[in-house]
Amino acid sequence: MIRVILPAHLKNLAAVSGEVAVEVLGAATQRSVLDAVESAYPMLCGTMRDRATKRRRPFVRFFACGLDVSLEPDVKPLPEAIAEGREPFMVIGAIAGG
Amino acid sequence: MSRVRVLVGTKKGAFILSSDGRRIRWKVEGPLFGGWEIYHLKGSPADPMRLYASQSTGWFGQLVQRSNDGGKTWEPAGNAFSYDGVAGTHQWYDGTAHPWEFKRVWHLEPSLSDPDEVYAGVEDAALFRSKDGGRTWGELSGLRQHGTGPRWQPGAGGMCLHTILLDPVNVGRMFIAISAAGAFRSDDNGGTWKPINRGLRSEHIPDPTADVGHCVHHIALHPSRPNVLFMQKHWDVMRSDDAGDSWTEVSGNLPSDFGFPIEIHAHEPDTVYVVPIKSDSEHFPPDGKLRVYRSRTGGNEWEALTRGLPQRNCYVNVLRDAMAVDSLDACGVYFGTTGGQIYASADSGDTWKPIVRDLPSVMSVEVQTFL
Repeated sequence: MIRVILPAHLKNLAAVSGEVAVEVLGAATQRSVLDAVESAYPMLCGTMRDRATKRRRPFVRFFACGLDVSLEPDVKPLPEAIAEGREPFMVIGAIAGG
Repeated sequence: MSRVRVLVGTKKGAFILSSDGRRIRWKVEGPLFGGWEIYHLKGSPADPMRLYASQSTGWFGQLVQRSNDGGKTWEPAGNAFSYDGVAGTHQWYDGTAHPWEFKRVWHLEPSLSDPDEVYAGVEDAALFRSKDGGRTWGELSGLRQHGTGPRWQPGAGGMCLHTILLDPVNVGRMFIAISAAGAFRSDDNGGTWKPINRGLRSEHIPDPTADVGHCVHHIALHPSRPNVLFMQKHWDVMRSDDAGDSWTEVSGNLPSDFGFPIEIHAHEPDTVYVVPIKSDSEHFPPDGKLRVYRSRTGGNEWEALTRGLPQRNCYVNVLRDAMAVDSLDACGVYFGTTGGQIYASADSGDTWKPIVRDLPSVMSVEVQTFL
């Protein structure tokens, strides 16, 4: 299982309190992890990335093993520690707007 | 016993204010959806326990929330708003063509007869409808594609469809308003539309009397007389007696005819309320005095309503969807300010009291009356 940490507002929306865990078939990538999160919590569709284009929303960032991977191709495999569930994949609301 | 429920949307959540019919003591509940912008929330006339809310932030985009128990519990409904076909372009601030892009829902208007049917006015301007309680949305694209769309342009707040009026008498008739395109009417349930802006004059556009391009801020109708419309335009308060086919100015003796909301008394179709604002560059009341103006003559003759409202050092604004009336025998009038105050009058505007003073900036106010 892949562990995902959501920002507080999205936890409230999905009615979860801690990390969520999702099953990903095939390689763990940004796209496959987010597909799995949206499948498990459909109310999050459109909140992290555009529904149609799958492009990341401008003020949402993705972190893996302490690194900002937001600008990486969304089909690039995530680090092994994420794929094996040793580290969480983090969705973060960017600090913006003052 | 009669009671009222005031639904308040703010920059940082929603609040529900409730009272019995005396409207003296209020219970304040919230914030709901804390931290999110709630552009609008409104109850279904067909089932007052069914509420819809437009929830958004710049971070996480647009959601629509639905309650089946009067706001005690909520569930996310659908948020897939896709323009029908090729989205096309509208005018940008500099006059260049700009692609239509969905940004947010400004206004939710539940059907008069079906709790599961609800309309959404969105930015960039378009009208959507759901027939399944907000789960799925389809664009009524006859509005955006009827021909003038490429000439619409954003107002200072964006290019938003902010007003939706459903005619309770003439089946299939509805009105909408867009900043800055103007007012439009459909007579076939939203299938086809026509601009209804004859008589409007806007000096800030190349052709001041053009058929579209006017920055209409809000329109209102009384359910007993839906062919009569009142409009607060960017500048000018207007009236139409022919369902929008033509308009005449009724600003009369207002201290400023710039403003945002306009509302009509629940039982007196010729009693109209506006909140004059100094100018489009100074979004606060003239002379630092918060005054609601009331006309009992359908416009032109206006009186200032000041009792209970701050008459010095007041520099708040009242936004277009932030005024509403109840339908108790003594009509209640309510409005919210960008300073977070909700003012209520239980006597048609003669006297005012704050229900609550320190909410986040208020974006919308709606009222449900339980008789």
